[in-house]
Amino acid sequence: MTAVYEPSCEPSYEPWDETRGAEIIAEHAGQEGATLVILHALQEAFGYVPEAAIPMVAQALNLSRAEVYGVFTFYHDFRHKPAGRHVLKLCRAEACQAAGGDALAARAEAMLGVSLGNTTADDRVTLEPIYCLGLCSTAPSAMLDGRLVGRLDEKRLDALVAEAQR
Amino acid sequence: MKMRIFVPRDATAVAVGADEIVTAFERVAETRGLPIEIVRTGSRGLHWLEPMVEVATLKGRVAYGPVSAEDVASVFESMASNGPHALRLGIADEIPWLKRQTRLTFARCGVIDPRSLEDYRAHGGYKGLERALSLGSDTILAEVTASGLRGRGGAGFPTGIKWKTVAQAKADRKFIVCNADEGDSGTFADRMIMEGDPFLVIEGMTTAAITVGATKGYIYIRSEYPHAVEAMNAAIKAAKRGGYLGDKIGGSTFGFDLEVRVGAGAYVCGEETSLLESLEGRRGIVRAKPPLPAHHGLFGKPTVINNVLSFAAIPFILAEGAKAYADFGMGRSRGTMPIQLAGNIRQGGLFETAFGVTLGQLVDDIGGGTFTGRPVRAVQVGGPLGAYFPRTLFDTPFDYEAFAARDGLIGHGGIVVFDDSVDMRKQARFAMEFCAVESCGKCTPCRIGSTRGVETIEKIINGERVIENLALVEDLCNTMKFGSLCALGGFTPYPVLSALKHFREDFAPIPTTLQAAE
Repeated sequence: MTAVYEPSCEPSYEPWDETRGAEIIAEHAGQEGATLVILHALQEAFGYVPEAAIPMVAQALNLSRAEVYGVFTFYHDFRHKPAGRHVLKLCRAEACQAAGGDALAARAEAMLGVSLGNTTADDRVTLEPIYCLGLCSTAPSAMLDGRLVGRLDEKRLDALVAEAQR
Repeated sequence: MKMRIFVPRDATAVAVGADEIVTAFERVAETRGLPIEIVRTGSRGLHWLEPMVEVATLKGRVAYGPVSAEDVASVFESMASNGPHALRLGIADEIPWLKRQTRLTFARCGVIDPRSLEDYRAHGGYKGLERALSLGSDTILAEVTASGLRGRGGAGFPTGIKWKTVAQAKADRKFIVCNADEGDSGTFADRMIMEGDPFLVIEGMTTAAITVGATKGYIYIRSEYPHAVEAMNAAIKAAKRGGYLGDKIGGSTFGFDLEVRVGAGAYVCGEETSLLESLEGRRGIVRAKPPLPAHHGLFGKPTVINNVLSFAAIPFILAEGAKAYADFGMGRSRGTMPIQLAGNIRQGGLFETAFGVTLGQLVDDIGGGTFTGRPVRAVQVGGPLGAYFPRTLFDTPFDYEAFAARDGLIGHGGIVVFDDSVDMRKQARFAMEFCAVESCGKCTPCRIGSTRGVETIEKIINGERVIENLALVEDLCNTMKFGSLCALGGFTPYPVLSALKHFREDFAPIPTTLQAAE
């Protein structure tokens, strides 16, 4: 079976801007336990959490910078610099391992010339591991810029990598 | 009459092309000049047949699958003429794999439109809450306790007792927290129910709220599940509009508000106290217990924290009565368990059945063995912290105590099948490595033990002093098992020790003259 791959919409982010950052922080600061909510919102806007935003979050939530920085670094999702233009995530958990995921991950690394967790030199593709997309019954699985792909095999992987490199 | 076609919006179906199929159906219908209505449902859980599409007929919904975009034109032809087709599976409800199940929690999943409150109600939704509103707290607690429901997230703690503790606690505010941080590989039931029947989760949480006197609830969903986040947010909005959330729920004096919070990629946040820390905006570091969350939970207030499946089981219990639920199951494992079949399996998907079915039945019979066609060698039950079972233990019945008796755990009900190409040394190493990466760092056995575990297993793989290092791993596992604060460090020994015990041949020492002399 071949799926019709629609061109994935390239994520577009705003450049970091302090006023805009302050706006985003203010919008969520009133929620109880807002740290993660704000970090998510900042990353959604700018593609990463700019270092300059950390003291701003701390001030808005009446926390120390260290506390906010500690939260920021604890979670795998938050980036301290922008990802490549496309993000290809390969599920590396047991169900995908059982279905041949190891070989596919190695193949993707070879094709892109980077190991998992890194971005290609031309900044086009960030290749990342992910631990379980919950598609374990149609393993192995991948996600390209938020689009899910199941029943991954060499052919489908090659198509995904080619799409990511465009 | 417009043809009604059902196409799942479930992430699994989408990952194998469901969205493309919708587009293809719309094109074909337009070309043919036949009006159609496409309803996006959840998944019925027959994932090897996804995308599985259905069409409404006078005799019931007829299913086709697995359908690809190229098949759509001919499938449409068959639907319109009620004619034969190679992918035609017959009446969906009569498909044997589906018919064999006991669907209490997943009865509506794949059937209804998960965005429609009306559809939910038309299929018996909110019947449980309406009865709960007429019963009062004590009677609800008695029902939940009598149902025998144990937390479906993994620990298996009796839900009735947990709720009662919170109900009896005195506080100005109480919370209901739904743990939707389903991080275990091989599990996807939480995701499926949130995407396919989100009102069920809301109804379960609302019932908990009126029982214990909570006014605010949170669903903490892992960020790896964007589709579930979207589905829950849409359902919360619809429930608010319909008067099922907010003030005066269902015309009563109870008020309850619900909010989705998204995790940020930390496996340990599936542990309940880490999850609470994360919800409070901190690093997801485990809390020492006691105090229990039931006394001192979110923001220091009494909190009911349950897994998605536990809340999802509640509406049936209230609607049909505790006995109707408790009549299913075996021993102290009552009711049904949505079992998730995954990995290298021919018929993967979700199979809800009463406790007591054996592991072998699940893997060989229901799952149909491996899709590679090679022999099944190892089966990991219960996620990354679950034990690997060999074929010799396939007679183990699916039951909390029976699995525990064989040094395993049911966990969240995920089963991952491996064929004979699996290298168990690698799997044991992975379990330690996963723990090392995901440890919150609070306790030493987990934080340091897992790193030393990776190193020691690597030495074994490299053939260095294998006998001594095997003994060292076992010793380390004991320290982790009994010395860790939470299940991450405490259960990582399960996959490691089970691999050592049942698949010893993979770890067999390379014979050296020295060892031979011993």
